Amino acid sequence: MADENAILEVFRYQPDQKSEPTFQRYEVPFHEEWVVLDALNYIKDHLDGTLSYRWSCRMGICGSCGMMVNGDPKLTCSVFLRDYHPQVMRVEPLRGFPVIRDLVIDLDDFMNKMTEVKAWMIPKEERSIEQGEYLQSPAQLARYRQYSTCINCTLCYAACPVYGRHTEFVGPAAIALAQRYNMDSRDGGYEERAETLFDEHGVWMCTFVGDCSRVCPKNVDPAAAIQQAKVSATKDFYRSLVPWGKRRTET
Amino acid sequence: MEVRRHDIVIVGGGGAGLRAAIAAGEQFPDLSIGVVSKLYPMRSHTVAAEGGAAGVIKPNDSIEQHISDVISGSDWLADQDVVEIFVNQAPRELVQLEHWGCPWSRMPDGSVAVRPFGGMKTERTWYAADKTGFHMLHTLFQTAMKYGNVVRYDENFAVQLLVHEGRCQGVAALDFRTGEVFPVVAPAVILCTGGGGRIFAFTTNAVAKTGDGMALAYRAGVPLKDMEFVQFHPTGLPDTGILITEAARGEGGILVNKDGYRYLQDYDLGKPVDVNDPEHPRKSTMELGPRDRLSQAFVKEQAKGGTIQGKFGDYVHLDLRHLGAKRIHERLPFIVELCHEYVGLDPVRDLIPVRPVVHYMMGGVHTDLDGATPLPGLYAAGECACASLNGANRLGSNSLTELLVFGARAARAAVEFGRQNSALATEALAAQAADQQRQIQERFSRRGSEPIARLRQELNEAMEVGAAIERDGEGLQQACNKVAELKARLQDLRLTDHSTTFNTELPAALELENMIDVAECVVQSALARTESRGAHQRRDFPKRDDQQFLKHSLAYRTDAEPRIEYCDVTITKWPPKERHYG
Amino acid sequence: MSQVQSHDSESSARGDHAARLYHQPWPSDWWLRRASFTLFMIREITAVFVGGYAIFLLVLLFLPAGAFQAAVQGPVSAFMHVIVLVMALYHTVTWLNLTPKVLVVWRGEERVNPILLTAAHYVGWIVLSLVIVGLVVFLAGGGA
Repeated sequence: MADENAILEVFRYQPDQKSEPTFQRYEVPFHEEWVVLDALNYIKDHLDGTLSYRWSCRMGICGSCGMMVNGDPKLTCSVFLRDYHPQVMRVEPLRGFPVIRDLVIDLDDFMNKMTEVKAWMIPKEERSIEQGEYLQSPAQLARYRQYSTCINCTLCYAACPVYGRHTEFVGPAAIALAQRYNMDSRDGGYEERAETLFDEHGVWMCTFVGDCSRVCPKNVDPAAAIQQAKVSATKDFYRSLVPWGKRRTET
Repeated sequence: MEVRRHDIVIVGGGGAGLRAAIAAGEQFPDLSIGVVSKLYPMRSHTVAAEGGAAGVIKPNDSIEQHISDVISGSDWLADQDVVEIFVNQAPRELVQLEHWGCPWSRMPDGSVAVRPFGGMKTERTWYAADKTGFHMLHTLFQTAMKYGNVVRYDENFAVQLLVHEGRCQGVAALDFRTGEVFPVVAPAVILCTGGGGRIFAFTTNAVAKTGDGMALAYRAGVPLKDMEFVQFHPTGLPDTGILITEAARGEGGILVNKDGYRYLQDYDLGKPVDVNDPEHPRKSTMELGPRDRLSQAFVKEQAKGGTIQGKFGDYVHLDLRHLGAKRIHERLPFIVELCHEYVGLDPVRDLIPVRPVVHYMMGGVHTDLDGATPLPGLYAAGECACASLNGANRLGSNSLTELLVFGARAARAAVEFGRQNSALATEALAAQAADQQRQIQERFSRRGSEPIARLRQELNEAMEVGAAIERDGEGLQQACNKVAELKARLQDLRLTDHSTTFNTELPAALELENMIDVAECVVQSALARTESRGAHQRRDFPKRDDQQFLKHSLAYRTDAEPRIEYCDVTITKWPPKERHYG
Repeated sequence: MSQVQSHDSESSARGDHAARLYHQPWPSDWWLRRASFTLFMIREITAVFVGGYAIFLLVLLFLPAGAFQAAVQGPVSAFMHVIVLVMALYHTVTWLNLTPKVLVVWRGEERVNPILLTAAHYVGWIVLSLVIVGLVVFLAGGGA
């Protein structure tokens, strides 16, 4: 099977040497069971030690190895050479992000956004360890479970044309994580998160292209999270118009 | 060169490191905590843990029972005072994580759900479907973001412990982005860098798990304890080594040989109960035996010819089909996903091919029950440490709880130590870091002949053969020789990337150096232990020998191979007995 | 407000490196590169026409009866109506397909199948449209 070769065209950016990126062509043995990441590792180990990229778990859960493969954001540990071969694979850094080197993108902006939306538990009521766990029914868990499975791979940002052109947009994963806590029966942080979520760079920048949900490798469906947040914000607005309205959306 | 100063420095941003950071950050808002991690914290390998975290919570369970399971699981090599502390604090830590938002799976009444796990006589493993490590890590990471006094150094690689006048006072860190080495100093340092499964070829471990913290401590003169005990998880996917959780068996999955026969019954693991019997799965027997015994049973079955030959080595089948689609999808969604993606199978309809795979290191940096190492100011927690909770064999689902309990304990002890020893020899430390920078630059410009990948592959092969599930003196001696040879060849390493911006070849070289040190401790400690206990099975010494070896091994660095010493196991109320399952 | 701290902003070495980041250009023809992007752009543009038609209808209501007749008759008007109808249908389909993302219905732990929800909306839409058509035909008949 390894008699055949697969061909990759890999984005190279080496700021110590050149200020402009180039593409480099590599031939690697084709194996039926190899993922694209295996091909990159083969290049790194046997052909060119200067290629830089991130990876770690190689089982689709750490979220490190997201790259553009033939123009589409993919976890390279979860797509196979056989999905493309004999087509040439063009491997590029995730779109929309600044590039540090080769396939390594700058994640600072995304990391800051996670903090801005306060993607952590803000308890509705305090509870001591001695009082034990908060009770949460399986049905209540099911409400937010899907949004809690985001692996922060940022493929959704690479797919989002809004983020691509306006990086101030909070973006799909951060909004989905905010919604994950907003919809958690133990959480009471909706108001605090609303400041970021519903401001000018929040959910209203989303024009519902829907590609974030298409590319999500974990079926988190961030597009749904964003639209649901919009509904909450709308309800809040109408409530604020009437004197008896309370600015709080049920979760 | 700029010096970063904190009150404590944590090396590693996985479960243990983040738990330590939160413990310090929350309890001591006036302190500054530095977290130096070679990965973004949420990429750490805690993320890949699947099955669950053990802690006594249900009325049918007891602290006493959990303690007894751990000690017997450890083949009596656990320190019993450490086990007691661990078991007592486990439920508190798991509840704490619940309060931070961890989406634990639930019972209909809203309380947390637990599942049975290997070697545990009662069900006590908390779980979040089969992505427990993922949810724990993300909960910890997101919680840690709250604390303004936690300063992260993401994608910075600790290359040396800064030790001055017998006290550890910081680390020298390599910033991947700039190639700069700079000192991060503090009166106390906690190593939380995980294990070193990558010294083996076939492992569940992520590429990041290269034993970095162990090697750092070892080079600073701290002994590595019980390194011969390497856990082989009985169920990994052939080829990739991707973990198929023990929870699959906790939920009732069975292991069968090439004839569909539940072969574990032939290896002293009890009698099988029919899968449709409400008694199935019977705790602590058959498929729910401890990992060491199950992996050893595979080797024996293989010798007997009962396994199936495959392109990527022999395997047996894990059968979940009788659990039904609903239960499989609800409890084991990640297993469904992994099987579908990587082997094109559906566990609802198909048998899953599995074989034993290197998973965890029971050994690590020698610490006491507060995570303190013999080097003042240096602490360790999580898989990189060996507080002697796991002894000769860890029970599944104890390690996730361990990193919480000992992460928090180490942080509190480190803060206390730092308060009493706050003076730092900043100039001397900065000089050490500058020297380290020079050494690395020297390594940089070296034009050797040995490619990193070749040395790594030879190391992997030597470990795979010499330090396998069953070992013998001859094979271990060969592995020792090979590792010594690799250590020498390391001097002639070839680096081709001379860029300072996100150079990934340089850290790979430093990791290889760490792996070789760790591997040397594993094979030398294994060679010296002429008995069989837990995960360490010697064909030439098949019996447990309490007379000579009811002791922890300690590997000390010397200029040649490590010097192996021994220290006593703490036995309090549970005298050594024969282990019995089934 | 608590803020996560990362050391990079303080580091001078990191500052130099920030200047060397490569900013990937966003191609001006991005919306032609993927069908979902193109459909999105069509939706954005046609929204102007659909909105414009709504305003046109509102204006018509305030015109005298003769002028109303004159405005909606003739081949140009008929053509325009067909075009706007196609556009409106596209928006309707988009909206109905989006519904299950916004409207998540739970039956205990089970999420009601989104396809079922969408289908229900389609059925409602068709029934409602038929009722209106029937009403118009009935009124038109009565008027004659």
